[in-house]
Amino acid sequence: MPGKLKAKIVAGRHLPVMDRASDLTDAFVEVKFGNTTFKTDVYPKSLNPQWNSEWFKFEVDDEDLQDEPLQITVLDHDTYSANDAIGKVYIDIDPLLSSEAATVISGWFPIYDTIHGIRGEINVLVKVDLFNDLNRFRQSSCGVKFFCTTSIPRCYRAALVHGFVEELVVNEDPEYQWIDRIRTPRASNEARQRLISLMSGELQRKIGLKVLEMGGNAVVGYLQCFDLEGESGLVVRAIGTACTLDKLIPGSEIKEPVFSEDPTHPLSVPPTPLRTLPSSSSPPPFSPSKLCSRQSSSSDTDLSLTPKMGMGSGISVGKEAGPLKTLLRQQAQSALEQREFPFFTLTCFPPGFLVHIGGVVSARSVKLLDRIHNPDEPETRDAWWEEIRQEIKSHAKALGCHAVVGYSESTTICEEVCILSASGTAAMLNPRFMREGSVCVYSRFDDASPPSCGFCHIPYDEFNMPFPAQLTYCYHCRRQKVPDVLFTTIDLPAEAAVTGKGCLIQARLCRTKKKAQGEVNATAISNLLPFMEYELHTQLMNKLKLRCMNALFGLRIQISVGENMLLGLASATGVYLSALPAPGGIQIAGKTPSDLSYDQHISTMQKRINDTIAMNKELYNIHPPECIEEVVGSPIPDRQRSRLFRSTSESSDELSELDLSHGKKDAFVLEIDDTDAVEDIQSLLTDAPMPAGFYSCNTEVMPGIYNWTSGLQMFTSVRVYRLNNANLTNQGLNKIFTDLCENLLKSLYFKLRSMIPCCLCHLNFTVAVPEEELIQVRRHTPKNTSPILFIFPINILIKLCVFVCFPGSGENEEQLQFSMELCGESTSSNNQPTAKPSASSSERCSPLPEVRSRSLRSTRSLPCGAPVTVVKMTPLSFLPRTRIVKYLGIINMFFIRETTSLREEGGVSGFLHSFIAEVFAMVRAHVAALGGNAVVSYSMKECVFMENPNKNQAQCLINVSGDAVIFVRESDQEAIPPLITCGQTSTTGADGTT
Amino acid sequence: MQIRYAVFTPILCRTQRFNCAINNTRLQMLFTQTVPGAIYLLATVSPRLDRYITLVKAYKMSMELDVFVGNTTIMDMEVYQLWLDGLTVSDAVKVRMDEGALLECEANPEVLTSDTMDQFRTFQMCERLLHSPTKLGSQLLYQIPAQNQIILIERYYEFDSVFAREVLGKKLSKGTKKDLDDISCKTGITLKSCRRQFDNFKRVFKVVEELKGPLVENIQRHFLLSDTLARDYAAIVFFANSRFETGKRKLQYLSFQDFAFCAGQLISYWTIGAMDSMMEDMDVDLEKEFLNELKDLKVLVNDKDMMDQHKILVCAALRGKIKVYKLMEVNFKNLSRALVNLASKLTHTKDVRDLFIDLVEKFIEPCRYDRWTVAEITLFLTHYTNAAHCLGTFRHQMIWDRYMGVIKSSQCSPLLHLSLIKVNYLSPTPSISSVSPPVNILNELNTFLICKL
Repeated sequence: MPGKLKAKIVAGRHLPVMDRASDLTDAFVEVKFGNTTFKTDVYPKSLNPQWNSEWFKFEVDDEDLQDEPLQITVLDHDTYSANDAIGKVYIDIDPLLSSEAATVISGWFPIYDTIHGIRGEINVLVKVDLFNDLNRFRQSSCGVKFFCTTSIPRCYRAALVHGFVEELVVNEDPEYQWIDRIRTPRASNEARQRLISLMSGELQRKIGLKVLEMGGNAVVGYLQCFDLEGESGLVVRAIGTACTLDKLIPGSEIKEPVFSEDPTHPLSVPPTPLRTLPSSSSPPPFSPSKLCSRQSSSSDTDLSLTPKMGMGSGISVGKEAGPLKTLLRQQAQSALEQREFPFFTLTCFPPGFLVHIGGVVSARSVKLLDRIHNPDEPETRDAWWEEIRQEIKSHAKALGCHAVVGYSESTTICEEVCILSASGTAAMLNPRFMREGSVCVYSRFDDASPPSCGFCHIPYDEFNMPFPAQLTYCYHCRRQKVPDVLFTTIDLPAEAAVTGKGCLIQARLCRTKKKAQGEVNATAISNLLPFMEYELHTQLMNKLKLRCMNALFGLRIQISVGENMLLGLASATGVYLSALPAPGGIQIAGKTPSDLSYDQHISTMQKRINDTIAMNKELYNIHPPECIEEVVGSPIPDRQRSRLFRSTSESSDELSELDLSHGKKDAFVLEIDDTDAVEDIQSLLTDAPMPAGFYSCNTEVMPGIYNWTSGLQMFTSVRVYRLNNANLTNQGLNKIFTDLCENLLKSLYFKLRSMIPCCLCHLNFTVAVPEEELIQVRRHTPKNTSPILFIFPINILIKLCVFVCFPGSGENEEQLQFSMELCGESTSSNNQPTAKPSASSSERCSPLPEVRSRSLRSTRSLPCGAPVTVVKMTPLSFLPRTRIVKYLGIINMFFIRETTSLREEGGVSGFLHSFIAEVFAMVRAHVAALGGNAVVSYSMKECVFMENPNKNQAQCLINVSGDAVIFVRESDQEAIPPLITCGQTSTTGADGTT
Repeated sequence: MQIRYAVFTPILCRTQRFNCAINNTRLQMLFTQTVPGAIYLLATVSPRLDRYITLVKAYKMSMELDVFVGNTTIMDMEVYQLWLDGLTVSDAVKVRMDEGALLECEANPEVLTSDTMDQFRTFQMCERLLHSPTKLGSQLLYQIPAQNQIILIERYYEFDSVFAREVLGKKLSKGTKKDLDDISCKTGITLKSCRRQFDNFKRVFKVVEELKGPLVENIQRHFLLSDTLARDYAAIVFFANSRFETGKRKLQYLSFQDFAFCAGQLISYWTIGAMDSMMEDMDVDLEKEFLNELKDLKVLVNDKDMMDQHKILVCAALRGKIKVYKLMEVNFKNLSRALVNLASKLTHTKDVRDLFIDLVEKFIEPCRYDRWTVAEITLFLTHYTNAAHCLGTFRHQMIWDRYMGVIKSSQCSPLLHLSLIKVNYLSPTPSISSVSPPVNILNELNTFLICKL
């Protein structure tokens, strides 16, 4: 069934001068959708043309509506020669297809050209009339909502969580087609932009179909990625979590947890668990080395393996029957095992959803891209991912968990080698949210363990632990066992009890690798990977202990491949969970006390470590109740017992990094037996502490800090370093890499020093090692071997970093500020460094019409500086102290920018700086056109940068995504009752004066 | 304090500069703060950071690209000032270091350089928008809070009065722009800053030149400047348009603000807009018709009777009131002639340009020679003006009314009052007076210029 798309071109402004003689432009516009094109009249001799065109109507299938973008091209009319293009605007009309999202797109869009950047703005109006399609065999999936947010969106309620959806689309990269040799760079870039836009549209449509099949109506935690595989194609893939969402009526209580009616029967594991023997030949979750080696060693033969199951065939893998701990588990198992992958891309859950957390599970696999038999078909890649997901699933099972949460997938590509990675957190979930069929069973378990510690309790069997760990009774409820450390990829659950504050913890690692080709290269990488993971893990563990913390949240390990090096970067937020035991100190042990100076050296080092721990305790405000530990922790000598059991159940896998049986039972021992270890300790201690007033984390909220202001900023920082010295050792490299990261952080602190006290949330680091031949910009330019001495440029990209400012740090302060906000806008704004959102949008619960009218008004008062709507951007899924009233749709944009005058644009930095600014501007414009005033869950997925300084050329690709929303200030809501009285007095006062 | 890193590459150690700088305590402090000390120390040692950067490049690695972009563009206004002053990145880093920027947030020179580069780049990119400030509000590329926009614009259009004094009255052309390096040398303002200021003058001039309506308001509307700054620009535009000669050595004692005041007076009284502001007027040009009418004033010196009567009136009014009464009585005819001749000559463009130099040469210098005080000159000019009103045969009543307003406003000018108190000169005796409106302004200017002597 068709829909009708209507577009109207209103006006343009700030157009570039296209006619040098008159310093003016004769502009007209082409509007294209699918294969239909309309044109406006030429508006002669003006830089601010007023076309005011009729409504251009396109009658199209809704399948096309989902796939295609509306393409608006602004051109300069030329009587004698061909018309010159000024630039283009691509408008994704997907938000208009859902009844609940935006109804009209209207506003100023920057006119973008891939060579010149933004050249003026154009005012466009777009509407869609959609006819309902109830055809069962339809190919479209209009109406399915997509959210990048990895939690249940704020103004919705999850009725059901269906589970994992994924899809993958492959196409030939236009950059590598034969035609690219003859067409202009602009044409090539535009073809690429258009193709990716089409592909992501198609991908969304297909995923939407799957969701509809499952009975859902939305995808939450939608994560879309591009793999630029070069010759073998362009892959667009996406994962997400299908849900059935109910919209909450605005105005009703929303600040209550979204699942207000469910916690009547909080679930927990019964106190007397009955245990069955698991088939525990599975690898430990904390030594992914095992996983990798297994996966990667077969990298060459992988290709011959045909996947056993197609998409969605759902052959049950439950035959091996994972450990069934309880009846509850059985039920949950059955609920979850019906689907192929019990994965959830969510990182933040409604209370009661998460029952237990096992730990991080991850899998990596090294593949050769040139071995794909038919590169244009998705089958091979599907099979690859299928394999990895199966592995993740089996790891989770080994941990006694039936689901994986906080799941994500990523790739890194270096020439023909491609590393696929997936990671998540094994967990037990409350099946109530899964399927209608399995709800009632659990009402029996009324005995609730305190919700603040439930998730810490081990899901696996104490006597058959999949990996060695010290178990103790939970410090909170004293009934269940908890591990000594907990690593997860999810956000800190809201109900978790935390002591002190959290902090960002990073492990950085560099490994050199011989330059090689094809299979040899792949093998080399496969061999290195396990060691890297191991070392990253050790580093994380050490740093965690040094900060006196016992849990990591939001763990993200990134490994990137270069021609002669591998880079590993793990970031996470460390916290002290009150439910877990206090971490012991770090003890240094010399291998053999050979001579006195050596001993002395060790003791000084030990002292420094102890000092640092003490200092960190102070810094992060960690003061665990020591005495209580002594008293209550005694009933069973659990540590001893657990150690005992562990030693019996220890599997033969390499587990040394968790081998805690060494020496003292509560101290973490570092053995110095070679220079490596010394190096490690050095690096441990040289981590510069944060300047006072700064806090940083990579999760959504900073643990231990609750008094946020709504002053919020988002930054992107990109850095590229070039290493000149070829003969660097691993240690040398490590040192450099660590310094780079530290320096970057220092830079951030310095830049933001005026905003102290502030918190850097959702710090997201990405590293890449571009190919040595990064000089090559366009494929048809001859390859350039430059004489410059460089070996490997390291490309460090901090993609996102949100910054939230909060005044003071005490509770009193918070109270004070709160009351100040009640008094009115003017006082509260003192604390907010950023501009406030338009007042008109913050008045009512459904400000949509108002926003619209505002934007229309602004178009009328055009040429002399109509106020631009302030659009906030944040990688967080919420804006502190505000309430999101409406989700307007997903923003998913892809841009290419190229230049042939690099030096003139201020070098690479100038070029990239302006490009990023342009991307921000375009995102803001699209959000504003939808009627929104913020982007949440914003992320820059891809940022590929290539340059050829000798040819004065550079090219950059950026992909951004996020959710457009309308938010209102929380204080406005709360201030309504007092405002009425205030308003009355003020009006009477005004009357008196007049 | 302790030096943590004692490892230097041989090249760096051997430099002379290093040895002398190591004694500097500030450097040592820096030294302990930074991590790979060797490199950073060098940064402070070598006078220019470029050298440091190249050395670092040779040493280990180089930063190829360093970008920091915020959704809301964040600008450090102190760095903005450094940028406006035309400093290079390395010089700006030095200045910031001297100001103690390193003590904040455990920064090191590398961080500081990176920050400065970022900021400078941002300003450079915004510069295009600052050229038409009205666009800054409606553009989409940078999200800048409104209050910051105002500061950005105001600071960008601010200028050094020393520089403005040099350019004042010159044609804002390419030729003048070529001479900017001389001005830069003379004033100590960097060439880059000079260029920016010059381009600002030129830009404002180009936009406002052909516009109708009050000059100051036009400038404010198109460039969103504050009132005081817009007035200064009005003066610059006015001087540039009429090309008044200000560069002569005899005029060197006058500052930009002095001339700006004079420009304000001239705009108020001598332009078309001065008479009926209701009309769509032009503030930039002096009124041609009016300048022609000035010829009629010749009667004051050509008609002997009238001149004598004028002298008698002025003398009568001033007798006993000024110390230089005698001299005044003797010189009255010369002074009056000088003023009236000056007025009558103004039909020629050349003479209009020389207005200030003529005033100084023909009127102020003789007075100065006779040691008049400023108060005395003011008094003389007041009576000289009033006396003309009483002359029965003097027929230019229309212009006379115009003149009355002039008197009032000139009395109110705080600048005039201020300078009146400051300067002291001896003066001759009073005599009869006769005056026309243009002469009155001349009087005022005279007083003013003398004050500044």
